Amino acid sequence: MNMIHRLLLLFAALCALATPARAKDELVLAMTQMPGTWNPIISSMLAKSLISNMTSRPVTAYDASWKLVCLVCTELPTIENGKARVIDLPDGKKGMELDVELRDMRWGDGVPVSAKDVAFTLEVGKHPLSGVASSEGYKRIIKLDVKDDRRFTMTIDRVTFDYNSIGLQLLPAHVEKPIFDANPAEYRNKTAYDTQSTNPALAFGPYRLVEIVPGSRVALEPNQTWTGEKPHFKRIVIKIIENTAALEANLLSGSVDYVLGELGLSLDQAIAFEKRHGTKYNVVYKPALIWEHIDVNLDNKLLADRRVRQAMLLAIDRKAISEKLFDGKQPIAHGGISDLDPMFSPTARQYSYDPVAARKLLDEAGFATIRNNVRQNAAGDRLWIELGTTAGNRVRELVAQVIQSQLRQVGIDVRLKAEPPRIFFEAMNRRTYGGLGMYAWVQRPEGVPRSSLHSEEIPSAKNGWSGQNYPGYANPQMDKALDAAERELDFTKRRALFAEIQRLAADDLPSLPLFFRVDPFVIPKALKGVTPTGTLNSSTLWIEQWRWETQ
Amino acid sequence: MSRYLFGRTIQTAITLALMSLVVFLLIGLMPGDPIDMMISGDPSMNSADAARLRAAYGLDKPLLERYAAWAFEAIQGNFGYSRSYGQPVLTVLWPRLLNTLLLAGIAFLIAVAIALPLGIWAAARPRSAADYAINLFCFAGISVPSFWLALLLIMLFSVTLGWLPAGGMADIRPGTPWMTGLQEQVRHLLLPVLTLTLVQLSSYTRFMRGAMIEVLRQDYIRTARAKGASERVVRWRHAFGNAFTPVLTILALSFGGLFSGALITETMFAWPGMGKAIYQAILENDYNLALIGLLIATAATIAGNLLADLAYAWVDPRVSLSAGTA
Repeated sequence: MNMIHRLLLLFAALCALATPARAKDELVLAMTQMPGTWNPIISSMLAKSLISNMTSRPVTAYDASWKLVCLVCTELPTIENGKARVIDLPDGKKGMELDVELRDMRWGDGVPVSAKDVAFTLEVGKHPLSGVASSEGYKRIIKLDVKDDRRFTMTIDRVTFDYNSIGLQLLPAHVEKPIFDANPAEYRNKTAYDTQSTNPALAFGPYRLVEIVPGSRVALEPNQTWTGEKPHFKRIVIKIIENTAALEANLLSGSVDYVLGELGLSLDQAIAFEKRHGTKYNVVYKPALIWEHIDVNLDNKLLADRRVRQAMLLAIDRKAISEKLFDGKQPIAHGGISDLDPMFSPTARQYSYDPVAARKLLDEAGFATIRNNVRQNAAGDRLWIELGTTAGNRVRELVAQVIQSQLRQVGIDVRLKAEPPRIFFEAMNRRTYGGLGMYAWVQRPEGVPRSSLHSEEIPSAKNGWSGQNYPGYANPQMDKALDAAERELDFTKRRALFAEIQRLAADDLPSLPLFFRVDPFVIPKALKGVTPTGTLNSSTLWIEQWRWETQ
Repeated sequence: MSRYLFGRTIQTAITLALMSLVVFLLIGLMPGDPIDMMISGDPSMNSADAARLRAAYGLDKPLLERYAAWAFEAIQGNFGYSRSYGQPVLTVLWPRLLNTLLLAGIAFLIAVAIALPLGIWAAARPRSAADYAINLFCFAGISVPSFWLALLLIMLFSVTLGWLPAGGMADIRPGTPWMTGLQEQVRHLLLPVLTLTLVQLSSYTRFMRGAMIEVLRQDYIRTARAKGASERVVRWRHAFGNAFTPVLTILALSFGGLFSGALITETMFAWPGMGKAIYQAILENDYNLALIGLLIATAATIAGNLLADLAYAWVDPRVSLSAGTA
C-alpha cells in the first residue's frame, strides 16, 4: 500500500503544477480533423482550407454576405467594367476574356506573387499526372496572356455566368516548379508543401506555418511579408481533437479558446452549450449551404411514381423535427437552393406537413389497401422502403428514426440502415441503395445544381462512376434548363432559368429536401472579428481581423 | 537457442508476407476506392478526372498486380507514400509509433507493476473484505467504457479542477528549460496514462488473482506449507512461477496491442498515435498507410509471442526451446 500512497502523492504533486498562463497575443483554436497533404490544389479538404486560408488566399472568394470579392486581385472583372468580354474562339464557339491584375503581395521569402505563379498553377492543374483531383477549372482556362508581373488576360472556353469566380489557389513557382519539372508524376509526393511544410516561401497570407505535429496540432506565426492588415496574434495554435465531447471539454477547461465553427461542435452540442455557458460565449448559428436531403432511387419501382415521392414529403413533419431536435435553428429546405441564395425561387412548389393529402396521393398511386398498417397495391406489393444513412452521425440517425415513425403513420414501412460512410456512399455512387439515402450536399452561392440533377451526371461504369445524380433522374426539360442557366450571363434571365430548375425539381422530387444545415459558431465574447460565412470560403480567410477585445 | 530463434525469424517473415497479402486483398476488396471518396467530396470531378487519377495511383490495375508491384518495392525498402498525407508511410508512422509506445508502454508497465502484486495479494485472502473490494474495483475497471472513463477524468481534472490539460501533446517551444518541458510532457501524459492503466490494471489483476488461487490449491503447495515454508516463500517461490505462466500469455498478447495503439484513449485525448493512424487510414482508403500500420501491429504481436515463449523457458524449467516444445 505504501507504493499506492506514493503514486497518489506523485499524481497530486504533478497535478499541482500550475497550468502555464497563455499570453494574450496567442490564440488556441481546435477542430476535429487533421489535414492530409498541405498542397492547396492536390485535393480539396475543409480541414486543409481552414488552415491554408490563413497562409494564402484564392484569387476570389464569396464573403459573409455571399458576395464575390477579390482577395488576390485588385478588381473583379465584369462585363460592366469592361474587364470581361465575350469573344469568338478559333473553333467557332463563344468564350470569354478576363483582365486580371494581382495585388502587391509577397511570398514569405520576399518574392512577389506574380503572373508566373498563375501560369505555373495552371500548368500543374492541367497536367494529367500531377494528381490534382478536379482539373475542370484549370482546363476551362485555355489561354493565359501575361502582360507583366501582375497583369494578365485569361481566356475561358465557354460563356458562363460564374466567369469571374476565380478560385485558383496559387502555388509559388520559384519553389514548386523545379520539383514539378523534375517529375510531374511524382509531384504529389514531392511537393514542398509536404516535404518542407514550414518553408516561409509557401505563404503569402497574414500567417505562415511554423510547426506541424501530425495528428496533434499546427502552429502559425505572422508572415512578415504580408502586405494587408496587420494580424493581431503572435501565435495561433490549432489543436486537432476528433471527438466532439472531448472538444467541448477542452473548451470548458480553457485548453482551447475557440472551436472553429466550420469543423467543430455539432448543432445539438452548441444548443446545449449555449444554455449552460451562454454568458461567456456568443453562439452564432450561421445558415450554411449544406443541404440535408433524401435521395430517392428512381430504379425502385415502388418509388417510380412521383405521387409516392410527393406523399412521402407531405408526410414528413420537418417543422416539428427542426423544433424538437434543433431548437428551430435548422431552416427547412424547400429544394437544393437556399432561400438566402439570390437564385432562390419562391414560386416553386413547397410541401408543408399534410398527412391527409399524403394518404390521398398514395391512394391515387394505387397503394390503397392497408394490411398490418402497411399499404399495398393491387399486385400485392407492400410499400416498404429502405432508408440508408451514414452511421456514426447521431443527429442524422435520430432524424431517420423520426422520419420512419412519421411515414409509418401514412402506411409506409421504412426500414433503417445505417452504414459506415464509405460503404454508404459506395452504394449511393453505384446506385445500389435500396430506396432512400439520407446525406448532405455542399452547394455554393448561385451554383447550378448540374452534378445532382443533369442526366449526364448519373454515375455509371461508362462515365467512371462520376457525377452525383444518385437518384438516376433524367428529364430533358431539366437538362435544357441546367445547360442554359450555366451559360446565361443576364441575372434576371438566369434567375428565371433557376426558377424553372426549382419548379421541376419540386414537382418531380428526385430528392426529398429536409433542412439547410447551420454551422454553430461558439465564439468567446472577448474574441472579435470572427465572421461566419456559411460557404466553403471559410471565416479564416479574414483571420487578420480576429483579435481579443482587450487588445 | 540460436537455431530456435533463426527458425522463428523465418516463420515471422513468412507470416508477415502472408499477412501483407491478406491485408492488401482485404483493403482492396472493401467497398469504394480512394478516387470514389474524392468524387463524393468534390462535385467538380468528372469521369475524365476519375480515370486519370485511377491511372496515376495505379488503381486501374487488377488487385494482385497491384500487390505484386507493392511487394517488389517493399522488398527493396520502399513502402510507398501515404495517399492522405503525401509523405512516405514510414515518415507518417514513425512519430506516431513513438507516441503510442510512450503512452501505452508507460500504462502497460504501471498496470503490470500494480496488477501482479495486487492479484497475488487478493488471491492470498480469498473471500475477505479486501478481496471483495479488489474484485469490485476490477469489475468496475473492466465494465466502464474507456471513452466514458476518459471523459470523467477530463471533466474532473481539467474542467472542474483545472489541474491538467484536457488533451493533446505538450507544446514545447525552442528555448524552454528541459525541466519545464518534462513537466509539461508529464502533465499531458497523466490523464491518458491513467485511463489506459485503469482499464488494463483491472483485467491483469483478475487474471493474476485467478491463476494464483488455482495454483495455491495444488498438492505441492500444501506439501510446501507442511514442510514449514513461510507463506511468503510459498507464495513467491513455489506458487508465483506456475501461476505467472498463463498470465504471461495474456501480457504477451497485450504487448502486440501496444503498437497498434489504444484507439479510443488516443481519440479522447487527441493523442496522435498508431491506433488513430490505422483507423483513419482504413476509413480514408489510404492503402499503404493501413497496410504498413497493420503489419507493424502484426510483427509486434509475433514478437510478443516470441518473448512469451522465451519467458516460458525462463519461468518454467520444464519448457525446453531446443527440443522445440515451446
